Amino acid sequence: MLDVDAVLGDPRVRIVVCCGSGGVGKTTTAAALALRAAEKHGRRTVVLTIDPARRLAQSLGLTELDNTPRVVDGVDGPGELHAMMLDMKRTFDEVVLTHTAPERAREIFANPFYQAMSSTFSGTQEYMAMEKLGQLRAGDRWDLIVVDTPPSRSALDFLDAPARLSRFLDGKMLRLLMVPARAGGKSMFNLVTASFGVFSKAVQKILGAQLLTDLSGFVSALDSTFGGFRERAEQTYRVLQDPQTAFLVVAAPEPDAVREASYFARRLGAERMPLVGLVLNRVHRSELPELSAKQSTEAAAELAEEHAMTAQALEVHALLMRQVARESTVSTDFTDEFPDVPVAHVPAQPTDVHDLTGLRAVGDALAAS
Amino acid sequence: MVLNDSPDGPAARSAHDTAWPARLHVVTGKGGTGKTTVAAALAFALAAGGHRTLLVEVEGRQGLAQLFELEPLPYAERRLPDAGPDVRLLAVDPEEALLEYLDLFYRMGRAGRALRKLGAIDFATTIAPGLRDVLLTGKVKEATTRTDDAGRRVYRAVVLDAPPTGRIGRFLNVTAEAARLAKLGPIKTQSESVAALLRSPMTSVHLVTLLEEMPVQETTDAIAELSGLNIPIGKIIVNSTRPPLLADAKLTQAELKRGLVAAGLPVDRRTVTTLLAEARDHQARHALEQQLRGELAELRRPMLELPLLPDGIDLAGVRHLAGLLRAAA
Repeated sequence: MLDVDAVLGDPRVRIVVCCGSGGVGKTTTAAALALRAAEKHGRRTVVLTIDPARRLAQSLGLTELDNTPRVVDGVDGPGELHAMMLDMKRTFDEVVLTHTAPERAREIFANPFYQAMSSTFSGTQEYMAMEKLGQLRAGDRWDLIVVDTPPSRSALDFLDAPARLSRFLDGKMLRLLMVPARAGGKSMFNLVTASFGVFSKAVQKILGAQLLTDLSGFVSALDSTFGGFRERAEQTYRVLQDPQTAFLVVAAPEPDAVREASYFARRLGAERMPLVGLVLNRVHRSELPELSAKQSTEAAAELAEEHAMTAQALEVHALLMRQVARESTVSTDFTDEFPDVPVAHVPAQPTDVHDLTGLRAVGDALAAS
Repeated sequence: MVLNDSPDGPAARSAHDTAWPARLHVVTGKGGTGKTTVAAALAFALAAGGHRTLLVEVEGRQGLAQLFELEPLPYAERRLPDAGPDVRLLAVDPEEALLEYLDLFYRMGRAGRALRKLGAIDFATTIAPGLRDVLLTGKVKEATTRTDDAGRRVYRAVVLDAPPTGRIGRFLNVTAEAARLAKLGPIKTQSESVAALLRSPMTSVHLVTLLEEMPVQETTDAIAELSGLNIPIGKIIVNSTRPPLLADAKLTQAELKRGLVAAGLPVDRRTVTTLLAEARDHQARHALEQQLRGELAELRRPMLELPLLPDGIDLAGVRHLAGLLRAAA
């Protein structure tokens, strides 16, 4: 069983990262944990959300996307809760402004490649989440930072996208691409060099020379003015391997979500990143497990005419029991592979969570399991 | 009756021409709503009557292979084994799509593979935002419009297991994305032809949702976004619905006890209170679901519902859902 309070109350733990596939309740889990850290453990906490549901955002006072932590009203207890929503474009702009002379920054902002990349690039969101985490941590203003991760194609993108992006931004590949085709003529037997000439021509044809010029301008501007880009991403990555970080994998008892959780847990193991537990959201259970689905269905059939209401109540119970059985089968796939990873079960709520009372209830459920 | 059984008979045609008129069916939905399952069921439904149908995934998740318990799918159109209907599966990979494209236009051949090893292909599909989506949607368009030597369409229908609602607008709005960067050249031409298909009656975007607040909200948002982009919207498919048990009635403790006695079941306090509590939870959920149904109905799109399969999804489950989709008009 996962002891959430031991994690949230441990002063050595400074960062909690909630990861998992989309639609499993990551943001709600992150917000509930942050609220509990503030209220029960008196910690000065900030929760970094990526793309919260509107009503959850409102309950945290996140009515505008201004990219800075705002204090959450209505928090009881000794700690403080601040919340913020990541604005990826603005975070990127701030990075540029911090590390670049104003004139150069204007040049970068005007570059169409920068405009596209800072607002739509897949991977930028993950990178900027990592960057924001780095900034929050560097300020040393917070006892605890709780991070929700972007709704990526794969949960692993949170770990991979920043490294991939910074690899591309360091310009090596671009310089190779810009190499004129003549390099190929000299070394007949070097397939790689030769194909690069062809490739670079092809890429120029497909993308157009304009794009490569824009890109080249963008990369050289980045290169000369803030070469520390990659370095900072790597630094933040190393912090994630430190015991001050606690990873929680969030899933729902559905095959896809549990499979994604397993991928992520495996990866964390390989990277020696501290996985402290699995949060299984929206779990169903019955207080009457001894009345089986089969028994219940049979009794319902028998009663259908004379006692229609009881029959339907028994059908409701049978449906629930089947769902409990299916969920248990699905989550066993994870627990069999990771017997040492503690699990917290959060019962399914009849309605969605969109206020602090609801978040407190989720926090209690997390701690009780 | 004999006519009805032939592939082009009225019965077979009706599923395509009335209920599911488009040729390219894009299936999206919030993560966790079961869009892959629904996409697969729709492909089965459209293949009924002997029509060849292609089921495509583009997210690199191998969701189809997992659903059908197959080895990871290659970048090739393979017939689903032992399935009866002619459903072919394809996992489009942007790198492979770019290599195919380069090969077609520049005869890159082996050299392209070497570049892949170097990471250059990954680089090219990553540096140019939109290029990736142009390649993915371009491949889908190619399959949708492909004809054989006699000029007949190879696929009667193509079903795309598309990115989730949060990314669907950007994914389908390829021209805008590509035009930001490529003002001329083959990418622009390609993206324009894809955009034309996606905005034509050949295409229909279906939204899969659950009767839960967030998926319904995202469905509403996605419909607004897609309408703004002039991309044709098809049906709202409400997935995993529960039977309307105890819908309009109050179950009393006395009635429950009488019923349990009649069935020879225990009537101890715990049994009775638990069953009552479960019934009340079910009713609370049902009330919320009704409210969300009402919100979806206000979107004024054709709507249909698929039941929750309480034991999980397997091939039999997909076939079952396919039957329901086919029957829905």
